[in-house]
Amino acid sequence: MSKDIRIKKGLNINLVGAAEQTTSKAVLSNVYAIQLSDFHGITPKMIVKQGAEVKAGEPLFYNKNIENMLFVSPVSGELVEIERGDRRRILTLKILADKTQEAFAGAALDVEKASKEELKAALLKSGCWPFIKQRPYDVVANPDATPKSIFISGYSSAPLQADLDYVLQGKEKELQAAITALGKLTPGKVHVTVGSSGNSPLATLNGIELHKVSGPHPAGLVGTHISKLDPINKGETVWSVSPQDLVIIGEYLLTGKFNADRVVALAGSSVKAPKYYSTKIGAEISTFLYASGVNEENFRVINGDVLTGTKSKPDGFLGFYNNTVTVIPEGDDYELFGWNKPVFNKISATRALTFSWMQPNKKYELDTNTNGEHRAFVVTGQYEEVFPMDIFPMQLLKACMVKDLDEMEQLGLYEVAPEDFSLTEFICISKQPHQKIIREGLDLLQKEIG
Amino acid sequence: MSLKSKLHELKLKYQGKKMAPAFNAFHTFLFSPDETTHAGGTHVKAADDLKRTMNTVIMALIPVLLFSMFNAGYQHYSAINGFPADFSVMNDFLTWDNFWIGIIKVLPLVVVSYGVGLLVEFIFAVIKGHEVEEGYLVTGMLVPLIVPVDTPLWMLAVAVVFGVVIGKEVFGGTGMNILNPALTIRAFLFFAYPTWMSGDKVWVYGARERSEEILAGANVDAISGETILGYLAQNKGAEMTYSVSDMFFGFIPGSVGETSAFLILLGGLFLIYTKIASWRIMVSAVIGSLVMGLIFNQIVDFGWVSESSKFYGLMSFDFWKHLIVGGLAFGIVYMATDPVTGSQTNKGKWFYGFFIGFISVMIRVFNPAYPEGVFLAILLMNVFAPTIDHYVIRGNIKNRMKRLKNATIYPKDSDGKAEELKAETV
Repeated sequence: MSKDIRIKKGLNINLVGAAEQTTSKAVLSNVYAIQLSDFHGITPKMIVKQGAEVKAGEPLFYNKNIENMLFVSPVSGELVEIERGDRRRILTLKILADKTQEAFAGAALDVEKASKEELKAALLKSGCWPFIKQRPYDVVANPDATPKSIFISGYSSAPLQADLDYVLQGKEKELQAAITALGKLTPGKVHVTVGSSGNSPLATLNGIELHKVSGPHPAGLVGTHISKLDPINKGETVWSVSPQDLVIIGEYLLTGKFNADRVVALAGSSVKAPKYYSTKIGAEISTFLYASGVNEENFRVINGDVLTGTKSKPDGFLGFYNNTVTVIPEGDDYELFGWNKPVFNKISATRALTFSWMQPNKKYELDTNTNGEHRAFVVTGQYEEVFPMDIFPMQLLKACMVKDLDEMEQLGLYEVAPEDFSLTEFICISKQPHQKIIREGLDLLQKEIG
Repeated sequence: MSLKSKLHELKLKYQGKKMAPAFNAFHTFLFSPDETTHAGGTHVKAADDLKRTMNTVIMALIPVLLFSMFNAGYQHYSAINGFPADFSVMNDFLTWDNFWIGIIKVLPLVVVSYGVGLLVEFIFAVIKGHEVEEGYLVTGMLVPLIVPVDTPLWMLAVAVVFGVVIGKEVFGGTGMNILNPALTIRAFLFFAYPTWMSGDKVWVYGARERSEEILAGANVDAISGETILGYLAQNKGAEMTYSVSDMFFGFIPGSVGETSAFLILLGGLFLIYTKIASWRIMVSAVIGSLVMGLIFNQIVDFGWVSESSKFYGLMSFDFWKHLIVGGLAFGIVYMATDPVTGSQTNKGKWFYGFFIGFISVMIRVFNPAYPEGVFLAILLMNVFAPTIDHYVIRGNIKNRMKRLKNATIYPKDSDGKAEELKAETV
């Protein structure tokens, strides 16, 4: 039976510069890149050498621990550079794109008839598997495990995030193929959530458990849905896929081709004309950033939304999972008596001479200033106001900081991903790095318990 | 060159040096820092920081401080000249003479409290190389408001050093302490210098000197500076001339800032409204004290204590009046709600607050030698707060364990294959 989700605890961060719902075609990028930082915890082993010619969808490297998990090139071209960091760790693979694109031929599958093993093998071989993320640990799913359920969130509640209802229009066929395939990978249900007032193409699919969600952010995060519908226990696995990645999976299953096309929202108060661009995974951000124009000299480009994205540059590359690029002003300036004067132009979860509570619908131009210094945890009871899970957020953070494995387990670390702590980090008066603390906690737990 | 860029240059000059925390404390007081969010976290942050939070509490204390400065003078002159016959706030209370007593008696307490306390904070910050933390901004304001007006300044200084070092810094500074530093200071004063902290000679400026003069043979009237609780503890409630409105608005003797329940109530409402202090703690503490007061009233109604009992005066005191005399209201609003030393879970806050109110009134009634229990009650509950939280969190963990029993854990695919292989070989 489908269950609707209503979130009360949370906070909407309304920012200036939402993307207008028109899509332009981005200029073709010369160079495309796969950034290894997108795949947390994966050690790559190269398949092709530097200088080799690859086709779109041809494997570049595999996962050292799970050797049949392949990662493929988004375009055809020459692998021109393998950027390495400390201890020769691979950071970025850069591919110089060909003028005429050639696709690496895989095999289309009849999803209705294919068995679980066939589907798994196809997804692993095609480079589609890394789109499937798992909890616990918030990493690329382990194909060896069987998830008790699969979650797909079709509702975007994060600030300035691409509107999934808009970008998924007309992709019903691919979505249905991917959903049918995923449904065979779990004995449980495929939970799909859509906004209660939207018209998502996801709502029309078969073989899903549809839920409508409403409420402030984090109403759109899968972590919220999992905790309300089917919370994770120790030993259980839950998978999640973002809907735009489903389209790529679905297209591969239908045609046998890995199509890295993606519609991206370019948003933020520093963008002159925020709107959508159609481009490919790994494309240079500058290929569409300057088409819209930027307002100021000193800005920050974020791969993703302002709460969970990664810092990038205009000549950086679109991330593997990202469908949003946000550009906001840098805030590296002092503010006279910034700590005690009344504040009208920033968002706050309190009313301590901050007035954002008076205008809940006002849109703000926030910059990257921390608005204060890092301190020990002092204030209590505020995280709970924006944290809808049945978890004690501060206690879990402290357990991660002191590396107490028992406490981490008991307080529910298996159920969370760093992104679930993005709102608590945003409002944190002590300016603690919540997502980093949770990430390190998850890594430790995975290393020790596995 | 502007002040901003000059300070920025100085900051770069001090960077990594020993005195950097001291400089940064002044710098961040003037300018909120130019720090930006870094990798691996949110790129934007909310407007509030710890300085703003602490500043809000101080704002809620300013009316109380101003009132207490006038009240110091009002109590002093009333003790000498008698209470004015038909009292008017403008003519008898808000006068320059009264305020002057405040300036010479209350302001020095504030200056010493901040001066000594911040000095200790700066020394520790420089030695340990961390930033100067904001916790003392509130503590420094609370301390002068919870001591008797005649407290010698050197005593206060000694107590502040003790409270900040032992109460806070040894645990690692703001956010790490177990006991409320302001109450640690108060407790130190109480146990180290009891004659200066209780009795009927310390609550009004001049009372002690006058009594010493009388002892020396001077022919003047003694000043009585007995508090309401003091009267009641001696079963002298009938001699008391204070009306309920005196108690509520605070025209009574007592610790410097504790007397005006009215202004404390306003401060409490402000703190709840700004979401800085926990309404759960305040409400449950009020409930707790009313319940204990009612229990005592009932005991009197049933005739279980005789009028000659030394507890009679306080036990028969109307239960709701406990909230408007003594330091209970001040303690509930400004001290019990300290987030570091209080319960940290929302459910725990209800228990924590309730017991603070409950035990405060209990100590009040059963300790006639020193009829003020709120600071001991809060310190006691500070110690128990982690235990309360422990059981609240246990409840959450228990639910998770219950869920675990119905977990659907599937074997790994590779496990299955191992089984198959085994079956084939057998």
